[in-house]
Amino acid sequence: MSESNAPAISNPVEYIQHHLTNMSLGGKPESLVDFNVFFIDTFLVSIALAGLFAYFGWKVGKNLDPDKPTGIQNVLEMVVEFVNQQIKDIFPSADKWIGPLALTIFVWVFLMNAMDMLPVDLLPSLVGGVASIFGADPHHVYFKVVPTTNLDTTFALALVVFSLIIFYNIKHKGLFGYLKIFLTHPFSASNIIVKVILAPFNVLMTTIEEIAKPVSLGLRLFGNMFAGELLFLLIALLGFAWAMPGQVALGVLWAIFHILVITLQAFIFMLLTIVYLSLASQGADEH
Amino acid sequence: MNITATLFGQMIVFTVLIWFIKSYLWEPILTTIEDRKARIAEGLAASQKGAEDMARAEEEAATVLKEAKVQAAAIIEQAKTRESQIVEEAKNKALVEAERVKAGAEAELEQEINRAKDSLRTQVAALALAGASKIVAKEIDTKTHKKVLDALVSQI
Repeated sequence: MSESNAPAISNPVEYIQHHLTNMSLGGKPESLVDFNVFFIDTFLVSIALAGLFAYFGWKVGKNLDPDKPTGIQNVLEMVVEFVNQQIKDIFPSADKWIGPLALTIFVWVFLMNAMDMLPVDLLPSLVGGVASIFGADPHHVYFKVVPTTNLDTTFALALVVFSLIIFYNIKHKGLFGYLKIFLTHPFSASNIIVKVILAPFNVLMTTIEEIAKPVSLGLRLFGNMFAGELLFLLIALLGFAWAMPGQVALGVLWAIFHILVITLQAFIFMLLTIVYLSLASQGADEH
Repeated sequence: MNITATLFGQMIVFTVLIWFIKSYLWEPILTTIEDRKARIAEGLAASQKGAEDMARAEEEAATVLKEAKVQAAAIIEQAKTRESQIVEEAKNKALVEAERVKAGAEAELEQEINRAKDSLRTQVAALALAGASKIVAKEIDTKTHKKVLDALVSQI
């Protein structure tokens, strides 16, 4: 979110905290994991973007022009070919679900990240304004726009990928083959006694390795987007004081740089998903 | 920075979105792209084949042209031969004709000469006879002296 016009709240700390609070059902979350809370803003924005993507995908997919592709069909064809090329390069034996999965990750994450490019105060003040019509205090109406600055979204994606990793492992190595990797990887030995001694370490190491995949996927995206959003908020704070020109200059610079981050994070998430699933699809002996 | 029930909502949205994109965008668009690739490859192959065909046709045309030229040269050669032959023949015929005409004329001339000689001889004989009769002053019977006269005639 590049700039803010007039922050509604005069206290900088309050301003930032206000922007980092979600509109939620069930109040503020009590602990790190609190399933009694549901973030409406994150869910609404992400579902709206999913709907946007699905709508254009459906519209283009329905009226495909085989000879003279125009407009959005060109864009989608380009993206599809790009994603397909990545899959062909990294994961040649991919089944028919990998492509749609990678495309969905790339486009959806990109769209959600791109919400960062809206001015930081645009949607929150709009929602606050609408709420105040219905008699709510705008200072207590929260709206956190970018869904990927929320652990729920990034971990939802990461966990779906994680369950697919497990599924593909079992599918290609068999349940026994998959469990065997926990015992014999990364330290292998030919002597049976050494094998037994190494087994607990192997189980530990492989478990960490496997768990690290979804955790790193989720945290990387979250961290990048959260940091970017926070920086936009800090830049917006310059608008409080005499530093208005600085706010504009820095905001523009960071917004331009953030275009790169947005695209890159979406791409990295997609690429790592393909890589992980490609690794999971190798046979037991190739591992 | 918390994990909440939104997680499950997002997982469901994500899964449904993957399924939707697969059936309504990914598969149709890939089919279209593959079809287009195939058709472009076909078109390129066809144009390649067309170019090859054309090259072959040009080669063929050149061959036919060359053959035609050779044939034309042969025909011209033949015509020339025939022409000189005809000229030769005509010349020969003319020569023969001229020879014939000349021979006829000569024969006629000969005949004419002979006839003139004959008539001359006859007239000389008559003159001789008239002269003789005058000299002898006695009428000589032509019939009686025919033998003498004939001998005379043949001597002239």
